[in-house]
Amino acid sequence: MSDLIATNAMPGTSNWREAIDPLTDAERLEIEHLASHYPRAQAATIEALKVVQEYQGWVSDGKLKAIADTLGMSPDEVDSVATFYNRIYRRPVGKTVVTICDSVSCWIMGYRELQEKLCAHLDTPLGKTTPDGEITLLPTPCLGACDRAPVAMVGEKLVGPLNVDELKALVDQVRGQKL
Amino acid sequence: MSSSIKTPLSNRIKADGSVTTLEEYQVEYGYQGLKKALDMGSNDLLNLVKDANLKGRGGAGFSAGLKWSFMPPAETNPGPRYLICNADEMEPGTFKDRWLMEGDPHQLVEGLAIAAYAAQAQTAYIFLRADYDLCAERLEAAITEACQAGFLGKDIMGSGYNLDMYLHTSAGRYICGEETALINSLEGRRAIPRAKPPFPQVSGLFGKPTAVNNVETLCNLPHIVHHGVEWFADLGIGEDNGTKLYGVSGRVKNPACWELPIGTTVREIIEVHAGGMQDGVKLRGFLPGGGSTDFLTTEHLDLAMDFGTIAKAGSRMGTGTMILLDDKTCPVGMVLNLIEFFAQESCGWCTPCRNGLPFIRQVLQDMENGLGKTEDLDRLLELCGYIGIGNTHCALAPGAAEPLQSALKYFREDFESHVKNQCCPFGNEKGSGKADHSHAAHTHSHETA
Ligand SMILES: Cc1cc2nc3c(=O)[nH]c(=O)nc-3n(C[C@H](O)[C@H](O)[C@H](O)COP(=O)(O)O)c2cc1C
Ligand code: SF4
Ligand code: FES
Repeated sequence: MSDLIATNAMPGTSNWREAIDPLTDAERLEIEHLASHYPRAQAATIEALKVVQEYQGWVSDGKLKAIADTLGMSPDEVDSVATFYNRIYRRPVGKTVVTICDSVSCWIMGYRELQEKLCAHLDTPLGKTTPDGEITLLPTPCLGACDRAPVAMVGEKLVGPLNVDELKALVDQVRGQKL
Repeated sequence: MSSSIKTPLSNRIKADGSVTTLEEYQVEYGYQGLKKALDMGSNDLLNLVKDANLKGRGGAGFSAGLKWSFMPPAETNPGPRYLICNADEMEPGTFKDRWLMEGDPHQLVEGLAIAAYAAQAQTAYIFLRADYDLCAERLEAAITEACQAGFLGKDIMGSGYNLDMYLHTSAGRYICGEETALINSLEGRRAIPRAKPPFPQVSGLFGKPTAVNNVETLCNLPHIVHHGVEWFADLGIGEDNGTKLYGVSGRVKNPACWELPIGTTVREIIEVHAGGMQDGVKLRGFLPGGGSTDFLTTEHLDLAMDFGTIAKAGSRMGTGTMILLDDKTCPVGMVLNLIEFFAQESCGWCTPCRNGLPFIRQVLQDMENGLGKTEDLDRLLELCGYIGIGNTHCALAPGAAEPLQSALKYFREDFESHVKNQCCPFGNEKGSGKADHSHAAHTHSHETA
């Protein structure tokens, strides 16, 4: 786990001075296309971060600088946006991110047991990644599926209502496919 | 005939979860509302929607037609204008817009195009929350299809009107739903609300006249234009017009979302549509329209769910999606969960919100942990005043006060028994709320590190 933290680069650490990691052609084309939707390129910042994340899994300092260059912004400006939003990862995450809703309807319907048991099953606390780098567990506010509480997202798939065994099985399955 | 349809917004949504295609959408009168609107001219259209008294379904209930009329006239104010669809839907307990977008995306595309024409906007954006991946996929496809079919783009159906429509997917933060924060977010900034005035209608996206409307509000437009004002008025039961998407979550037999006449009673929604409470639990209270509305109780079951009636009872209809409190659930714990959400999602601009919400959270957490003090009840009420309307830049903090202040009123004995017994009578010790978030991999930890 400590290597996960060590690879995390923050402003003020020496990594922040790391060189630009140029965008791939695919990343650049997608970002330029998205930027064309707006009169100012800056409006595509969030979407640009998401494009990079789609390809890389997370947004490194080098990629962040490349985005800043492409959109005509300073890296700090881009980072101020990146750090505001829940779904932009500035640290590496696992191949699949599992988010468990911890808002009110899921609380009433028992999300806490779900969360505790899954953490125990994976032997990984919330906010961390399994040692094999497969699964990152995160909390999320209301997923807009409260009629199906308690709910979770496994990657891009919404699942619920779930009991502990169903969620464990689902996560094991995703993990198994990728091993 | 189609005018007898009682559920115009959800009529085409399929039970199997598959999407309504463009062809299917056009079977009845899909995109004919847009055609009719374009033939009518934007002024007549605006007046029609005003007359229909379509109230905003995003929570505040403000007249859609009136909102657009506050934009400076396009004739004397040439230049870019924008219409934004608010599809952020992150209010806890709210799950109505997802249903509309996943099931029938063309309805939203047509509704947004009609609104954009009324506002004389040349560009429209759908601001969609992160996590709604299926909505994103289906909306993107619908926009492309509508462009290819000539319902968007240049000279729409020979009218001379041009409209570009884009999907913008967000990256998750509740405050993005506040319309001025949404505009900042759409410009590629941190989603901090803006001080008003100026209002977005005058100076909004990129400093240009902008209107922001909720998904459900916009989805009403094709039907209002097609069937007319009288038909729309007849759909509602009481003082409001049209239908409303109502939802129920919590311990009921059939939690779900339904389209019903606006003004349907709370009792009918809970007992008939949601199938009543699950066996072994009793209803104690409910938040009528999402996490930032005041509790009402079983004595309010026969009230009509419309904007005016619920307001008179001291709450808000809000989003119309209710969250139920049952007798096996701790009201203090429920409020704590809500306050944790609001504290976490605060943008941090105003001190009462940024500092007040974590303070309230701590008081409630202590109470759950058996450390409550008698004076805490008064202190909590006092704190609700500090974060109330007028003390903050946006409605997030006043909204957070609503479930707390009403819980203190209706469930006071629960707060008192927590203090008296020095424990949570429902067994929620060691945090009824959330796990410690400070280790989360996303980057809030940057700021707290
Ligand atoms: C903190 C906060 C969050 C909000 N979230 C949403 C939202 O997710 N969706 C929405 O339509 N309106 C939301 N609103 C209300 C909007 O600011 C705005 O009033 C609404 O989009 C207007 O649309 P309408 O007139 O069609 O209802 C929110 C308001 C606040 C203060
Ligand atoms: S009330 Fe809270 S969320 Fe709203 S502007 Fe102030 S600090 Fe931000
Ligand atoms: S509270 Fe969990 S999905 Fe809404």
